Amino acid sequence: MMATIRESLIVQQERDLVVCRNRVKEVAVKIGMGIVNQTKLITATSEIARNMLIYGGGGVMRLEVITRGKQEGIQLVFEDKGPGIADIQKAMQDGFTTGRTLGMGLPGAKRLVNEFTIQSTFGKGTTVKLLKWKNG
Amino acid sequence: MEKIPILKMGKFLLVTIQVDLYDRLALTLEEDLIEMVFKTGSKGVLIDISALSIVDSFMGKIIGNIAGMSSIMDAETVVVGMQPAVAITLIELGLPLSGVHTALNIEKGMALLQSRMKADLDDDENDGDD
Repeated sequence: MMATIRESLIVQQERDLVVCRNRVKEVAVKIGMGIVNQTKLITATSEIARNMLIYGGGGVMRLEVITRGKQEGIQLVFEDKGPGIADIQKAMQDGFTTGRTLGMGLPGAKRLVNEFTIQSTFGKGTTVKLLKWKNG
Repeated sequence: MEKIPILKMGKFLLVTIQVDLYDRLALTLEEDLIEMVFKTGSKGVLIDISALSIVDSFMGKIIGNIAGMSSIMDAETVVVGMQPAVAITLIELGLPLSGVHTALNIEKGMALLQSRMKADLDDDENDGDD
């Protein structure tokens, strides 16, 4: 049986985005995820990790290979202790931004994965969870 | 500092992105390209992204910026070699790269730039006749 993959990567500077993207790609290839799903997941990773860096002041990405029934996939949890998001509904709208990004990150990333949850406490931090099935 | 090389090929500039494109590197490329368009008077910019496994919203914004700035400087930008999976992802992400010319490969991109330059020249000649 393949050893379970469960690890954490620190996102503290721009270069870490590349490290996160590459690690997600490696794991996706390892579990046999197709190229389109891989590309979608890596792109979503890049969006959320960048948001965490720019708006959350950096944080941690937890990567885990999970199975549910016959399905296998990758779960990514991005956690920062930044200022939090004042209005999540607004932040999930296409084109809404408070900074120098395009405002496509959160809503775009949501469209690219199978499961997406976001929790944010104003003043305490934000947690975004992504799940992409191998064949999903 | 790491830089992406910009090659001059006749009237055009050619950029082949072969490394992981982190944000600072993309911004540097944007500045360098515009500077090169100004210095060389190039009429076209070809950006080969065939080695890029993803294009996210930040890289998409940079590509759009390069096309917009080049256009103001009287040069056209063609993005070539996009992987099919990248194209699918870009559309779902919500980033259609409108306003950016694309072609399947460098050869076709070069042909596109040449035909557009020729069209421009014909226009100029017609203007002269009036």
